Amino acid sequence: MPRISGVDVPDNKPIRIALRYIYGVGPKFADDILREVGIEGQTRANKLTDDEIAQINSVIENNYVVEGVLRRQLSQNIGRLRDIRCYRGDRHRRGLPVNGQRTKTNARTRKGKKKTVAGKKGVTK
Amino acid sequence: MPRSLKKGPFVDEKLYRKVEMLNQQNRKSPIKTWARRCTIVPEFVGHTFEVHNGRTFMTVFVTEDMVGHKLGEFSLTRTFKGHRVKDK
Repeated sequence: MPRISGVDVPDNKPIRIALRYIYGVGPKFADDILREVGIEGQTRANKLTDDEIAQINSVIENNYVVEGVLRRQLSQNIGRLRDIRCYRGDRHRRGLPVNGQRTKTNARTRKGKKKTVAGKKGVTK
Repeated sequence: MPRSLKKGPFVDEKLYRKVEMLNQQNRKSPIKTWARRCTIVPEFVGHTFEVHNGRTFMTVFVTEDMVGHKLGEFSLTRTFKGHRVKDK
């Protein structure tokens, strides 16, 4: 099993698919990376030579923000919003949608599972 | 969608002049303003604004991190005190 960009161990999938197991690499970046290195995307990940893997590694390292660094960046950005106590930071703190979506209904991704409130709708008089 | 770069950030003229004046005199005093739509530019850092939220003026002390945001983002317009916990 090849080891690319730290802990990630994609397996016997085509390399352009396997690369997506890295946090921060999606369909586009995967193809971009392979184009730069010049490896056929359909090659199985375990068929790659050590040299090719090293090349992929160095391309990712030099041009892309992935994994831990990316995660840290994200949470720092959110942390900043929280710290300056602006509206968006407040929404993050409360776990509500940040970009102005409605919350009367839906917004379940942010709000989590429904909490039923007794007597909220229906037969109140 | 972000604002066109061509235009540059929107800064309220009058407010900006006021801040510049204070900067020149090296003075700081809270500025009352209704210009919630005004972008915070680096010159504003360290000043205190009182930003109208439709009812009262909320005090906003501008720090470096706030540059690029709008004044209105720091002066909340809604009051929400949480849902009532079921009373018995």
